[in-house]
Amino acid sequence: MMKKSDFLKGMTHGIPIGLGYLSVSFGFGITAVKAGLSVLESTLISLTNLTSAGQAAGVDVIASGGTLLEMALVQLTINIRYALMALSLSQKLDKSFTFPHRMAAAFGITDEIFGVCAAQSDPLRPSYMYGMILISMFGWVAGTFLGAFAGQLLPASVSAALGIVLYGMFLAIIVPPAKKQKSVLCVVLAAAVCSILCKYLFYQISGGFAVILCAVSASVLGALVFPREEETS
Amino acid sequence: MSTAVYILVMAGVTYLIRSIPFGFFRKKITSKFLRSFLYYIPYAVLSAMTIPAIFYSTGSKLTAAAGTVTALLLSFFELPLIVVALAASAAAFLTGLFL
Repeated sequence: MMKKSDFLKGMTHGIPIGLGYLSVSFGFGITAVKAGLSVLESTLISLTNLTSAGQAAGVDVIASGGTLLEMALVQLTINIRYALMALSLSQKLDKSFTFPHRMAAAFGITDEIFGVCAAQSDPLRPSYMYGMILISMFGWVAGTFLGAFAGQLLPASVSAALGIVLYGMFLAIIVPPAKKQKSVLCVVLAAAVCSILCKYLFYQISGGFAVILCAVSASVLGALVFPREEETS
Repeated sequence: MSTAVYILVMAGVTYLIRSIPFGFFRKKITSKFLRSFLYYIPYAVLSAMTIPAIFYSTGSKLTAAAGTVTALLLSFFELPLIVVALAASAAAFLTGLFL
């Protein structure tokens, strides 16, 4: 049952997400083209993946000629958080969210869309999520295309500076919880130290595997030393 | 190897991660270890991806360092993601003007 008002509400709630994606994916488009991908390939990645960190790592794997197994493991590690978000959202779906709707809307579970959806007090309807996903995807794909296409036309100084956009966003996600929770701070520092060691000491390990190794070991450490009580959110 | 194959694997794995729990799961995860692990993993991933890669993201370690410090400061004060991201880039650009 498609309700027009739900769809519009979803779109409205998705506008800030779409705008944010537009500028971040612009940076991704530039990065992907620099790594040797075509404009079409870069845009296709954004259209089919709709995720920032996973795509950035995926482009690294492609650029370094990694194996398909490495690609699959890299995506699994980086994107496993979506499984948790999907689990969490699956608890608050409206009855109209039938199996086909679940399988369709699952495609659009991102950090930001999850955040907004999880904050809704009413049960989620499919059309609400579709509206939000549509506008967010539009921003993500359009930004990638523009970055990949026009990035080459920008002055070198501007396109070089835009290379940091994605990482800036990653820091903005990490720092606030690390400031408030000692456990997150320890996990983040452990992962960073591990990543630095891999880069300069154990550089035989490829970039993708280094991320998996560091993320998994830091999180296991965190789960052992700082097990979490029942979540309140 | 063809880029299309990489993209197919990338998109396929990412979709399955999202759709399997969303489509099939109706229960809650009870293992405390697993819940804690899943809670920490996104932060660990982003940290490992960012450091030290961020210092190589602009082609100059100095402009990248300026952008990193800016991002750290602004995110410490919890400004919105997009503000932090663009300010980091602006700081890198401005520093580049003086090199």
